[in-house]
Amino acid sequence: MMRKERIDRGVRVRTAGLYAIASWQEILYLVGPPLFLIVGAIILPILLEFAPYWKRVINIVCVYAIIALSFDFLANFVGLVCLGGAFFVGIGGYLSAIFNVYLHFPVYLSIPLATISGAVISTVLLMPALPLRGVYFAIVTLMYPLLATRVIEALNIMGGTNGIIGLDSLPNAYVEHYMVIIVMLIFLYGMRRFVNQDMGLVIRGVKDNDQAVRASGISVTKMKAFAVFVSSFMGCFAGAYIAHMYSWAGISLFALDFSIIPIASVVIGGGGTLLGAVLGSFILVPISELLRNFGTFRIVIYCVILTGFIVFKSEGIMVYAMRKYHQFERWVKV
Amino acid sequence: MEIIVYGVINSVILSLMALGFTLVYSIARMPNFAHGALYITTGYLAWLFMNSFMSLPYPVAVVLAIGITAAIGALIYRFVMIRIRGMEISEIIATYAIGLAILEGLRWGGLRGMTFTLPPFIAGSTTILGVSVDYQRLVIVGIGLATFAALYLFTHFNRVGLALRGIAQDERAAMMLGIDSDMTAIISLALGSGLAGLAAILLLPLGNIIVEVGYNVLIFAIAVSVIGGLGSWAGTILASFIIGFAQILTEAFLSSHYQMVVALLAIIITLLIKPSGIFGKQKELEERV
Repeated sequence: MMRKERIDRGVRVRTAGLYAIASWQEILYLVGPPLFLIVGAIILPILLEFAPYWKRVINIVCVYAIIALSFDFLANFVGLVCLGGAFFVGIGGYLSAIFNVYLHFPVYLSIPLATISGAVISTVLLMPALPLRGVYFAIVTLMYPLLATRVIEALNIMGGTNGIIGLDSLPNAYVEHYMVIIVMLIFLYGMRRFVNQDMGLVIRGVKDNDQAVRASGISVTKMKAFAVFVSSFMGCFAGAYIAHMYSWAGISLFALDFSIIPIASVVIGGGGTLLGAVLGSFILVPISELLRNFGTFRIVIYCVILTGFIVFKSEGIMVYAMRKYHQFERWVKV
Repeated sequence: MEIIVYGVINSVILSLMALGFTLVYSIARMPNFAHGALYITTGYLAWLFMNSFMSLPYPVAVVLAIGITAAIGALIYRFVMIRIRGMEISEIIATYAIGLAILEGLRWGGLRGMTFTLPPFIAGSTTILGVSVDYQRLVIVGIGLATFAALYLFTHFNRVGLALRGIAQDERAAMMLGIDSDMTAIISLALGSGLAGLAAILLLPLGNIIVEVGYNVLIFAIAVSVIGGLGSWAGTILASFIIGFAQILTEAFLSSHYQMVVALLAIIITLLIKPSGIFGKQKELEERV
């Protein structure tokens, strides 16, 4: 009888050790993929110089990639499934609008301020939900953006249903592109580092065995609060950026798109890899732009893709690609 | 007086919305986020059968619509959920995605505006305790109470119903006694979807069939189930009375804008004080750290 066996490629074994840099082939094997992503992301706006419409799509892709990173971190490293990513986006967007329109801060102050204060506010608001796990946390976070929308509508504050208009737009198109691209890359590689630091390991411990973390004398809730802070930091940046990109902050910042598309990206790209979140948004968001004419039918397509991936290929593209990159398969006799 | 009468009616409405969701969670341990979508689907199907190509009589259309919704529920379990059972994150995302796909698909298919309405059972109104109430609301209360009673009888005096309860209480022991876990899950999802459909047929005549109602129903169902303790039926009914009266009171003294805010705040407060809900004692330890 024959069966398939999966073993590491030779170059993988050779580069795994300390003496990785022995030949150009090995160097390329190690730094090739990340270099391709970084250089690719940086020259993309120049490459698309002749397609102004698609140049704008880059920004949206990167924004969704950042939100997807925040979802991936919270769901697959902390174990908190947050169905309300739009809440962070909305908070960030509204805060930057308040800073910029009401308090007349310039753009380069209002975005960072909105990011930090938004992360603090989101964390404080999510505090009550932190002792919860699994389904309960998902349900409560699903409520948060809806609650925010209803409160804004009912109280008619912050522009009510019209939103706050007249935010300063970013100085020029290149600042607009490179700001979000560079921040995305920083978040991506920063998070990849962070989850392997001491702090990151403890946070991952919260997901796998919170009783063990507690037994080690570390407060689980504090750790979760910190994780939510990190995650909402990214979400709020995305929101502040979007508000400035469109010069407008309204209740559609709390809309479903900002919750569901990042989740779909993470599932498609591969949960728990962080790179997968970015890859997923680079695939999904352009598809969404192509389907713009179909209106809400886009969401249907997303959901079908999402369900298909969850059921049939739950590991996601990134995990699959990494396996193909590092290993090969062959038939052996049993 | 008005507050009491409408409070009772509102509470029964809420518990009807939540019953299917709770049933599925208590038996299959699966949060069915597609609940609201199934609710709207039934309404739309009933409208379709009555008005467009077939123009069936009302009772036939209604029974057919509920039956199809129950079948959809069973199919969702058989072809999607069965593969990811037990993986909480995937369960949540998959049911949520299915629900969104149905709702947004209906919206894309033209389900908006005021054209889609279901007729009430009996038109007209009467006065009870000096408050005028239309017959449809009385029918809702009557059928709602009948449904509770029927469910109680079904789960206490019927082989299948007892099997469902067995799985809900202790899955492994029930499986040892020869109860098929997947089969009960399929039945529970079909039953839950059917209950969502029944609620839709009863409640939709009070308004229009629009997609937003689907989201609202999902939220109310979740609110009631969480406050009552996920999976506890007595808790569900008690919680729907609490929220039902709270909503009527806010409507009377504040404005109807706050109805949803009340439900959402109630969830957050409940989770703060007693995360497992009013009647959810056994899960308290495993859900809270």
